[in-house]
Amino acid sequence: MATSVTLKVDGDSVTLPQGTTLREACEKADHPVPTLCWHENLTPANACRACVVEVKGSRTLVASCSRVAEDGMEVWTNTERVQNARKVVAELLLSTSDATLAPDLKDLAQASGASAERFRGGATWEQPVRVDNELYVRDLSKCILCYRCVEACGADWQNTFAIQVSGRGFDAHIDAGFGRELAESDCVFCGNCVAVCPTGALIGKTEWDLRNQGAWDEERISTTTTICSYCGVGCELKLHVLDNKIVKVTSPMDNPVSHGMLCVKGRYGYEFVQSEETLVPNS
Amino acid sequence: MGLTAVFGTGAGTISYEDFHRSDFILLVGANVAEAHPIIFHHIMKGVHNGAELIVVDPRKTITAQKAQEHLQIAIGSDIALANAMAHVIIRDGLYHKEFVEKATAGFEEYAQSVKEWTPQKASTIAGVSAERIESLAHRYAAAPSAIIGWTLGITEHHNAVDNVLALINLALLCGQVGRPGAGLSPFRGQNNVQGGGDMGALPNRLPGFQDVLDPEVREKFSRAWGVPIAEQPGWDQTKMFEAMENGRMRGLYIIGENPVQSEANSEHVRHLFEGLDALVVQDIFLTSTAEMADVVLPARVSFAESEGTYTNSERRVQRVKPARQAPGQAQDDLWILASLARKMGHNWPVLSAKEVFDEMRVLTVNYRGMTYDRLEQEHGLQWPVPKEGHPGTKVLHERLWSEHVSPKAPFHPVPYSPQIEQVSKEYPFLLTTGRKLAFYNTGVQSNVYHHPRKSGEYLEINPEDAKRLAIQEGERVAVISRRGRVEVRTRLSDTLQAGTVFMTFHFPDEVMTNLLTIDATDPKSGTAEFKAAAVRLERLATKSAETDLTQTFLHQG
Repeated sequence: MATSVTLKVDGDSVTLPQGTTLREACEKADHPVPTLCWHENLTPANACRACVVEVKGSRTLVASCSRVAEDGMEVWTNTERVQNARKVVAELLLSTSDATLAPDLKDLAQASGASAERFRGGATWEQPVRVDNELYVRDLSKCILCYRCVEACGADWQNTFAIQVSGRGFDAHIDAGFGRELAESDCVFCGNCVAVCPTGALIGKTEWDLRNQGAWDEERISTTTTICSYCGVGCELKLHVLDNKIVKVTSPMDNPVSHGMLCVKGRYGYEFVQSEETLVPNS
Repeated sequence: MGLTAVFGTGAGTISYEDFHRSDFILLVGANVAEAHPIIFHHIMKGVHNGAELIVVDPRKTITAQKAQEHLQIAIGSDIALANAMAHVIIRDGLYHKEFVEKATAGFEEYAQSVKEWTPQKASTIAGVSAERIESLAHRYAAAPSAIIGWTLGITEHHNAVDNVLALINLALLCGQVGRPGAGLSPFRGQNNVQGGGDMGALPNRLPGFQDVLDPEVREKFSRAWGVPIAEQPGWDQTKMFEAMENGRMRGLYIIGENPVQSEANSEHVRHLFEGLDALVVQDIFLTSTAEMADVVLPARVSFAESEGTYTNSERRVQRVKPARQAPGQAQDDLWILASLARKMGHNWPVLSAKEVFDEMRVLTVNYRGMTYDRLEQEHGLQWPVPKEGHPGTKVLHERLWSEHVSPKAPFHPVPYSPQIEQVSKEYPFLLTTGRKLAFYNTGVQSNVYHHPRKSGEYLEINPEDAKRLAIQEGERVAVISRRGRVEVRTRLSDTLQAGTVFMTFHFPDEVMTNLLTIDATDPKSGTAEFKAAAVRLERLATKSAETDLTQTFLHQG
């Protein structure tokens, strides 16, 4: 069996190892496709259709995030049909969801010339924000059902399986089981769902509070990578610090230990650092 | 200690990514899903790739619930199980004969030692059937690659090192070490346990596990540091406690530990500290231990306020950097130590963490090729990194698979020895201790953030035991050992076998679990038997009911 495949992307020939996805092939050929639900450390969910491309001989558009490249394929990333599909994907999502904290969706809309006005006035996913704990908040009006949180909570990393998509059609939504509050669910509060959410539908409580107060200022937030001080796994942390206070902890997605995933202590257990109980009071 | 005795280096032999490609993962006394959650991610990658996951644990932990098979053995019966596995593997001729011949030493003696360990004999001790022991032995031996992982369920026993050696013996027997996807992996309980060992914070080792008994090693360090290196190893914790007891040790300087709450039989530890002439504590909080101190030195939070490195459980040395200003007069540990030395009349310069690291690189082959720049750019490096440009080492001891192996890896026959305290009429339950996912050790770090399920401490008890003792879910009971007494709420849990109860030590200000635990320590490692203390339970009942209830409380087993 051949170990590599050669295909054409927008007319340019590219040779890649067998098993490479079309999305990766397009990137390698320097004709990158936009994505929303795809994430470097998650199994593709094929949910958003932002990454569709045209493949010669294929009746429908193809989701490049999960279709494997084959020898001799001819792929087109920017035909009128592809552009139109992307544009409609963006327009539909903009009509139902709040994209305030969704840079990838905003980029897709801009690049595809999508108009937020086109489907305005229809049904939306607007709903009350769920603040049921002090670690993270669920603002599902912002959710685009990309499934990233479900993948991170499930077999890809956390293996907790606390959340799934519940309901059908337009009523589909992410749920922790029977509409329960998080503390009553199987959730272990690792926040790995928050880490991969592309729209701010899942957001750290501290960040959410500061944004509501108008005090979240990216310009003034410094980030420093360091290592977690709890157990001996050695997860890399990125500490986001505002006014000498840690306000958020993430982990670099390219780290070989954590792959961007943390446990509840690593992601949220930092308050002791700035606790008023510290030995020496702030002078 | 066990790994050092066999392989010369006290570290896990594999990388986390080896779990992805292993065929068989055997976890013994390790609740990885709660105590090392991100390593559990790697283990589950392996499971999804087709590996078999077997968990040996007296509790049906979250980890055990994810495994294909859970062997719920009796507390402290690990050696019986391991020796019986070896018995079966040798009896049935399933061991890796070529590897044993070329790469190991002492096989005959070892084979002799496990001869008596029939699966039937082990079965009566461990409480799992002989058939399951045979099957486990067969599958471990037959797996193309297998990893054994363990943590405090193995090492917090009076015979900790023997427990570890029993597991290492199995790997040597089957050639399950020194190859990708095959090896031995102790998961380190605290973030820089491995780094402390790397730096020589062991009584008998200098940096890089270099032996203090080796005159050439001592000569090298004496020349570098300009002082003679003591010829005798220092004291481990057990010996220090003994020395405090008999008055030979009059002063103690503690950095970043809270032994008054974290050590077994903590009332005794408090008593020893009270008898000292001087106690100095360096910490970020005024812990219970710091409250007893004559002098408290305020330190900076290592991971967020100072420079340095940690080493993780796969030997990865990683950079730690300050992200915020420390409060008040808090200082770096390094600054405090150098300043103290100067006050004592030594001319120690205040060096940066990087300068100290560079000095250590010169003296330690394992670290020689690491630079702060490389650690930064490459997400850390796994030692040994003998020279710059070396990519680091994913799998240790590959040399065992070469044509001529020298030195060979020795088998260490180990005897079974039950836990020090047996259940009795007076103390009919075995208390075992461990961790919960959201909390950590004595809670100094983890009791500050707002976890939605801040449950506090509770005693987990098998529902049948609770029923017999008429204990209701949530009821407060007294737990009494030969050393102390605490009161705590109960929670019924079928994760425990009858006769076993479980507590954490995460909430010592509320319930001081370590008043109960036994300070029977392993003479080789100095670790106490946190995992097995005999206790009895008493309901906090009215006086009139007391006499009747006392009878009920005696465990029938």
